[in-house]
Parts: sequence; structure tokens; C-alpha cells
Amino acid sequence: MRVGLFIPCYIDQFYPRVGAAAVRVLRRFGGPDLHLEYPEGQVCCGQPMANAGLPHESQPLAETNLKALSGFDAVVCPSGSCTSMVRNHYAPFLEGHPGYEELQAKTYEFCEFLTDVLKVGSPAGRFPHKIGLHNGCHGLRELRLGSGSERNVAPFDKVRSLLTNLEGLTFAEPERPDECCGFGGTFAVQEEAVSVMMGKDKVADYRQAGTEALVSPDMSCLMHLEGVLRRGGDQTTRVLHVAEVLEEATREP
Amino acid sequence: MTKTAEHPDRARAFVADDARAHWHDESLWFVRQKRDRQVHSVPEWERLRELASQVKRHAISRWPDYLEEFEKNATALGAKVHWAADAEEHNRIVLGILRDAGVKKITKSKSMLTEEVHLNPYLIKHGIDVTDTDLGERIVQLREETPSHIVLPAIHLKREDVSETFHDKIGTESGNADPAYLTEAARQHLREKFLGAEASITGVNFLVAETGGFVVCTNEGNADLGTSLPRLHIACTGIEKLVPRAADLAIYLRLLARSATGQPITTYTSHFHGPRPGGELHIVLVDNGRSDLANDPQFRDVLNCIRCGACMNTCPVYRRSGGHSYAATVPGPIGSVLNPLHALTPRIVRESEQGEGVEPREGEAGDAHGSLPFACSLCGSCTDVCPVKIPLHHQLLALRKTVGDRGLLPWGKRIGMKAAGKLLNSPKLFGVAGRLARKALPVLPRAAIYNRLNPWGVGRDLPPAPPKSFKQMWRDELKQEASSPGDPK
Repeated sequence: MRVGLFIPCYIDQFYPRVGAAAVRVLRRFGGPDLHLEYPEGQVCCGQPMANAGLPHESQPLAETNLKALSGFDAVVCPSGSCTSMVRNHYAPFLEGHPGYEELQAKTYEFCEFLTDVLKVGSPAGRFPHKIGLHNGCHGLRELRLGSGSERNVAPFDKVRSLLTNLEGLTFAEPERPDECCGFGGTFAVQEEAVSVMMGKDKVADYRQAGTEALVSPDMSCLMHLEGVLRRGGDQTTRVLHVAEVLEEATREP
Repeated sequence: MTKTAEHPDRARAFVADDARAHWHDESLWFVRQKRDRQVHSVPEWERLRELASQVKRHAISRWPDYLEEFEKNATALGAKVHWAADAEEHNRIVLGILRDAGVKKITKSKSMLTEEVHLNPYLIKHGIDVTDTDLGERIVQLREETPSHIVLPAIHLKREDVSETFHDKIGTESGNADPAYLTEAARQHLREKFLGAEASITGVNFLVAETGGFVVCTNEGNADLGTSLPRLHIACTGIEKLVPRAADLAIYLRLLARSATGQPITTYTSHFHGPRPGGELHIVLVDNGRSDLANDPQFRDVLNCIRCGACMNTCPVYRRSGGHSYAATVPGPIGSVLNPLHALTPRIVRESEQGEGVEPREGEAGDAHGSLPFACSLCGSCTDVCPVKIPLHHQLLALRKTVGDRGLLPWGKRIGMKAAGKLLNSPKLFGVAGRLARKALPVLPRAAIYNRLNPWGVGRDLPPAPPKSFKQMWRDELKQEASSPGDPK
């Protein structure tokens, strides 16, 4: 299987360690048949402009990505939000373009790819920390990586299922498990006051639940929450992408 | 000309009172939790939501037929049905009915429609004494404020605030904030108003085409009290309240109270079929932009709304910024869709008929609510909580484009996003800019990074800059690792 890695622009620049962890985890769980490539022609998914009310400005980016990411058996992206952009919001830009429907069907969020395509179940490993798991809103409600607290459906959580069997790992249980952290892309800047209040509340909720490491499949939420943590004087709570937890927990000694 | 800074400014002011903002957040989260418990007691909840959405869509797709059926059946029951194209016509009709009956004093139970068309100030200007009888509505009316929530109109007020208002306006003891005492005082005060009223206005929750009847839901029984004494009853309603069959009520009545307040059903669910013996019943059906919305496939589903307020209770932005920060009759997620649409749609419809460049009509600037679609982190909780499945957060996203297309975004944002688009679409330029930023950030003095030009940095630190980008890491090490021996290609 030829897998193309789609690395969000802010992970490329500020969190390359997350991309590296994703590479190593995919290699480890994908077996010898998984061939990983990073197409260098890829660009930002275009979400900032679309969410700011200027989707015309996102169109060229969608076209660039279609060109760069075509031809793989699967495209894997360590971000629910960017994955949702490709899967759920590229239609107005790419409808009718050759290869668009294929890209839409074959683009997976990192955890989703592990659970649904590679079928890794709940891998064994060791991560002796109490983690606060934050499922980003787009992963949760646009990609349905989890059931969500609003709906009355059988409960499931693809992200959590990947971590449940790790030795020593326990979950902190916040009071509002799937409330938005307040990042929201351009929202974080346009509505700075509400965004920061949401971030502080989220951090407080995780703290009261005994969180030692804050973990999410969406690094953008974590960028915001880490910013709030560090500004508030907390320099020690670890802030990690799910890929990093899996990488560290399943590394051969 | 643009006023897109409105919501953020009002929200910042609300957030600045940290204790009150948190109290507001927690009061509404409590309601959301009550709602969750009720929802999980109904195994077929998701199926009910789907049915509720489909029945409304069907009704709206055949509006003319069902509205005619309603009029025919309501008339046969002895009601008089009036049609109002817009707010002004609605208010004129209501005043006309009151004048014909020689009425000077009325009570009015809760109705978001009469808020939407600003009926109170209109009637008061024309010499009618109007008393809102929903307790929350009465409190905000005494304070000369607008409701801050569609189901909990005074949710922004603490009981100390209510105590003060009642002391000033209806003469309760100063400093007595005992809920039982205040409620009793309100009860006595309202009883006088009920006894003196010559007519009663109510809102409507559901109009039933099949029977010509309608349903009014309250928790305080104030609509029933209001309509019991006077012989004249005027029911004011938007045409979207229509459902085809009486049996459909079984769906909506199960969804409404659970979604609104976490009760299994409203305390009073009153069915009106024609006037009481010797009385008069007028039903005013209001369009006010609704049929334009019905013709818009992208936003049509917003007409499904049954005004339960669940989207507000779940919205993390609404809870922390307060209803008044939306400066609109209907706040929160649903209001952030409705208000800009209401302002923009008539012009967009005229443009589609007459071509671009149509002059805006008075009050139709379309920019007053331009910031509301952006008062949202696009978390999507409103969409999942909505009992009639309005895709609220996707509509908000679509509305941002509408606002952008109409040139209502601030200049800086337009230029900035254009530049960002160019930069982000070039792997080379983006790489260079990123490298510069990562080199500059660690060596720049704090004041150069954290100042008023950087809204991110007001309350948050930036991430530490790593030495290499992912792309460099890929070239330098990861690529070899990904295809190292042991990887049998």
C-alpha cells in the first residue's frame, strides 16, 4: 500500500516532531507492505481562508493539493480538522476535477487510518501517565471519530480505543469531555477574549481531573491549550499528539 | 461602513467580568446536562430528530397548500386568519384589531415573533399598555432590556439583580433576594395585570394544518391565564410553525421541552381550536422573509427551528459571551444564522431577479450582524444538539462566505487572507517564511512578539520554534528511515 502523508502547514513549521512520530508509528503498525511517501508539492489545506469568509482564496490550494496527493492508495493526515477540510469542504473547489472523489474517499485522519484501515485495535505498549484526552471538535463531529455527548448513539471513541491497552496509562475524566477548547482557527484571533476564556476553562477542567499529559489528535487545539498553560505559568504538563504517545509507548527498547 | 467588530467587542466586555461570565456559563451548562439526561431516557431520540426534520422540510416544501388548509380549518372553527408580509404589516394588523375592539390594556405571553417584529414598542407608542406575562420576559421588560435567551429571557440576571429591579419597579423589600418571596411578588403583580387586561396576545409553538388549531407551550401557565379572562385573543406566529397533522405534535412535543430545559414535557401544553364561546380569536400569520428563506436551498433548513434554545445552551461562545453580545432578537447559533440572513436575503433575492448592483433599501444594509457568523469556533455542538437537525455550523460557515462575497469583511482581513493564500500555496515561499519565523522567534525580544498587533499573544504563548521544519526532517532523516532496510520494497 502506497500511503501519502499530508502534513498540516503548522505541524510542518512548528511541530515537526508530530510528523516524525506519525511516520514512525505508521511504519511500525503498517508492516512491510506499507510504503510511506511525503509529497513535497503539498500545501496548507486552505481552511484559514475558507473559515475567514474568503473561500475563493482557498481554491488554488485545494487544486495544488489534489495534484500533490493524487495516486496514493491512502492519504493520511495527523489532524482531524485538516482531514475534514479535504473530505467535507473541498467539493465547491474540486467537484468535477479528475481524482477529486478518489482523494475525498482515501483521505484519512491518522487515528482513523490506524483503527479503520490498518485495524490495529488497541496496541500493547507502555505509557505510565494519567492523560487528559481532548478529541478535537472536527475529528469528533465532522469525521465522527467518537460518538459525542450530544447524540444518543452507542458510545465509541476511535482515538481512545488506540490508547486503552497501554500499560500504566489512565484517563483523566474531565467534567465536559467534548467541549470545544476555543481554538477554532481564525476564531482564536477574531474572538480572542472568548477563545482564551474557553482555553483556560478547558485547561482547568483537565487539571482538576488530574491530567499529567494533555493528548489530542489535533495539534492546533494543543497549540492553543499549550499557549494557555505556559502563559499561566505551567511549564511542566506534557502536551502531546496521539502519534507521539503511540510512538513513545510502542518504541522498542 | 462595516461593523464586523461588534460581537468580539461586546463579548470582551462580558468576559471581563470573569465571575459573572463563569456563573452564566455554568447556569447554562447545567441546563445542557439536564437536557442530556432526558435525551438518554429516549432510546429513539435520533430517529425522532430525523422525523422532525423531515416533517418540517415536507411542510415547507408545500407551504401554500398547508397554509391554505390551515386557514380553511381555522376559519371553520370561527377564528379570523390574517396574513402579514412583514413586521410592519403585522404590527398594523394587531393594532387594528385592538382599536376595533376598543382595547387599551393587554397581556402578552412569550412570543419571539413579537420580539422579532418589535411589537411592544409599536403598541406602546400607539397608547396600548402591554404587559409581558412570562416571568423572565416581565423582568427584562421592567428593566427596559431585551431578552438575552429565547427560552430563558432573563438568564443574564442574578437573583440580586431581580431583587433590585422588583424593589425599584414593583415595590418589593430592598435587599430581599429570596426566590420564593420574589416569585410571589411577581405573581401578585401579574395577577393584577391579568385581571385588568382587555385582550391577550400569545405566541404559537405549532400550527396544525389538518385541524386549524394551534399549540402554545409554557411552564408558567401564563398564556392560559392571559387568554382565560378577556374575550379577545390574538395569536401571532411565523408561518414556519406549521405542521401538517395533529399526529406530528407527538414528535415535536417530545423534542421541545427536553431540548429546551431538560423537562420531559412543558408544564402547560395548551391546544386552541377556535375562539372561546362569545369570544374572538385572531391568528396573524407572518412571513417577514420566511418564504425567501424557503427558496434558498442552502439555508432552507433554518426554518425547521422550533425555538428550543438548545443550541444556545450548548454553545461555548454563547455561554461565555452572553445573549446581549449578539445584539439581536434571537442570539446564539440559530440567531447568528437568522439575523444576518434576515438582513441580507431580501437584497440577494432582488439581485437574483434584477441583476447585481441593486441599491440597498432602508434598514437593509446587511452589515449590522456581519460579525455574528464569526462568533463561533465551528465546533459543531449546536448541529448535534439541534432536535430538528439544522446544520447550524455549516450554515454559519456558508454565511461567512456570503458576508465575504458582499465585501463586508474588514479590509485588513481581506488583504491579509489574500496574502496568506498566495504564501500558503507556494511550498517554496512558505518554507522560506517559516524558516525566517522559526529563526526570528527565539531571538526577538518579548515586546516585539507580544504586543497589541498580536491578538494571539494577549492570553497565550506561542509554541517554541523547532530548528527544522518537517520537510527538512523528512529530507534529512525520515525519508531514509521510511525506506530503510527492513522495509522490503
